[in-house]
Amino acid sequence: MTTDALDRPAAAVAAAARSATLVVVEDLALHFPVYQGLLRRQVGSVRAVDGLTFDIRRGETLGLVGESGCGKSTTGRALLRLYKPTGGRIAFDGRDIATLEGEALRAMRPRMQMIFQDPQASLNPRMTVGAIVEEPLIEHGVLRQAGRRERVRELLDAVGLNPEYVNRYPHEFSGGQRQRIGIARALALDPDFIVCDEPIAALDVSIQAQVVNLLQDLQRKLGLTYLFISHDLSMVRYIATRVAVMYLGRMMELAEVHDLFRAPKHPYTRALLSAVPVPDPKVEATRQRILLKGDIPSPVNPPSGCRFRTRCPWAAEVCAKEEPEWRTLADGRKVACHFAE
Amino acid sequence: MTDATADRPAAAAPRPARSQWWDVWRQFKTHRGALVGAAIFLVIVAGVVVGPWLWTYSPGFIDIRARNQGPSLMHPLGTDQLGRDMLARTMAGGKVSVAVGVTAMLLSISLGTAIGVLAGYFRRLDNPLMRVTDLFLALPLLPLLLVMVTLFRESLSGRFGPEAGTFILIVGAIGATSWMQAARIVRSAVLAVKEQEFVLAAHSIGTRRRRIIFRHILPNVLSPIMVSATLGIASAIITESALSFLGLGFPPDFPTWGRLLYDAVDYLQQYPERVLWPGLAISLTVLSVNYVGDGLRDAMDPRIRGR
Repeated sequence: MTTDALDRPAAAVAAAARSATLVVVEDLALHFPVYQGLLRRQVGSVRAVDGLTFDIRRGETLGLVGESGCGKSTTGRALLRLYKPTGGRIAFDGRDIATLEGEALRAMRPRMQMIFQDPQASLNPRMTVGAIVEEPLIEHGVLRQAGRRERVRELLDAVGLNPEYVNRYPHEFSGGQRQRIGIARALALDPDFIVCDEPIAALDVSIQAQVVNLLQDLQRKLGLTYLFISHDLSMVRYIATRVAVMYLGRMMELAEVHDLFRAPKHPYTRALLSAVPVPDPKVEATRQRILLKGDIPSPVNPPSGCRFRTRCPWAAEVCAKEEPEWRTLADGRKVACHFAE
Repeated sequence: MTDATADRPAAAAPRPARSQWWDVWRQFKTHRGALVGAAIFLVIVAGVVVGPWLWTYSPGFIDIRARNQGPSLMHPLGTDQLGRDMLARTMAGGKVSVAVGVTAMLLSISLGTAIGVLAGYFRRLDNPLMRVTDLFLALPLLPLLLVMVTLFRESLSGRFGPEAGTFILIVGAIGATSWMQAARIVRSAVLAVKEQEFVLAAHSIGTRRRRIIFRHILPNVLSPIMVSATLGIASAIITESALSFLGLGFPPDFPTWGRLLYDAVDYLQQYPERVLWPGLAISLTVLSVNYVGDGLRDAMDPRIRGR
């Protein structure tokens, strides 16, 4: 991991990062060891994330989609260094955070925050809303007590909650309101980058729209950059600037949202998109679906060559032998497929 | 929830943070069993602390002519086989028993909680600490206590005086041999809580470990701690009785509830009421403490509070 990171022209990457890109990820890998037997010997590893290379531009929303268990959330958490990557680099605003530890990492935390999927589980049931939103301010020693109170009220107001609610507990709120509390907490330290880990998956459809609109408003006002993890393709289409598609710990395709939804290049993307229902019943009735056969292979023992080949309708011999390169097509899209052009 | 909204003024003036302990007390008041339990426990504590001043009969005074008497005005709870006043002895014994019970419980709960939290939160410490816990569980308690008492009694008595020395010894011995259940329970609760997303959220904020433990994990494992604490008082009182019975605890002429009970057992056939008083006192203490613990646990959980 370290040799790989050192070989790269880090200075050049850093210079590029300072201009338009906020996060540069190179070869990010995260393997969870599997222990078995009486002696707890390591018998293998779950390759949750296995060699991701992408970047996130300042001010954009990068949608990250894929089916359950493909490593979306793990990627998001690894980017925030909630997990320690097994390999690769994560340059945040030109600074490699993949190997940072302790206080140096803690000092970076205010700049990158997270919004969680389950607003119920992500709020401590024994703390008041005020205490929850205030915690980041206390932890990083910003402001004195009176100033913190004022800031908490501002934040609650900014996410559309009544500032009078500071003394209530999370269980007294509805799901949408709780998610707003989570957003207020994420905003407390004025971050540049927020990982939204399926922030709307646990909410009602009507509330989903409210929360997504709130996220967009905040992005406009505060110049935030989002990594928006979701399996709701229509929502990603609505909110994202670019979309990355993951399958079994690897990235399959990365493109501007229009390009991706208009003409997907990777067979897996095609299959995913064909599963999105169309609101028009006539179109829906005649819609062609690409049905994938079988289950996702185990990430402990992924298929040789292209990971998608076991379920790909167009798989050829070369797919089993060679791993497709993560290459850039003529129009700037990235794809990992031997046949895409 | 209704309480929270009812007292909210219509005007939107910034309100000071509401005191959590006031909320806890308000919820505690609604738990009738806990209130009754608290009242009984207070009466017992007041009885054993203030009682000896009001009932000035010495618990050690032997009046051999008045032995084995039933309840009378002179001796409201009767007298024992040496003519000592049972009321005075019950009160004096209670002081020791309650003090031993509460202190030993505090010691074993703090020890158990500390070990449980460390084992649950830090994966590296889990195995060694839990094996130590298993070791303590596997040790035969009485021989261990016997060894502890013979080893340390003289030096402790010499340093703190015979009574305080024995008190420290017994509390220490009970505390050191009864923390294992609490440690196991707390560990498993911590294991469950630390995987919750709000701990991850705290981590992503950059919260330091110590604060994660004290602010996020400990309050959420309070219920099992409360339960084992209240049960701990009971078992500490009973262990102390057993030790006194074996002659390992306080000196034989020194009354504790356990000793009174064991002394009375010999006369169970002739004077059954003599077992009744210390037995009743132990049961009432244990029961009231359990109810108080139950009420406290509910009152400290904001999800139950206000329902």
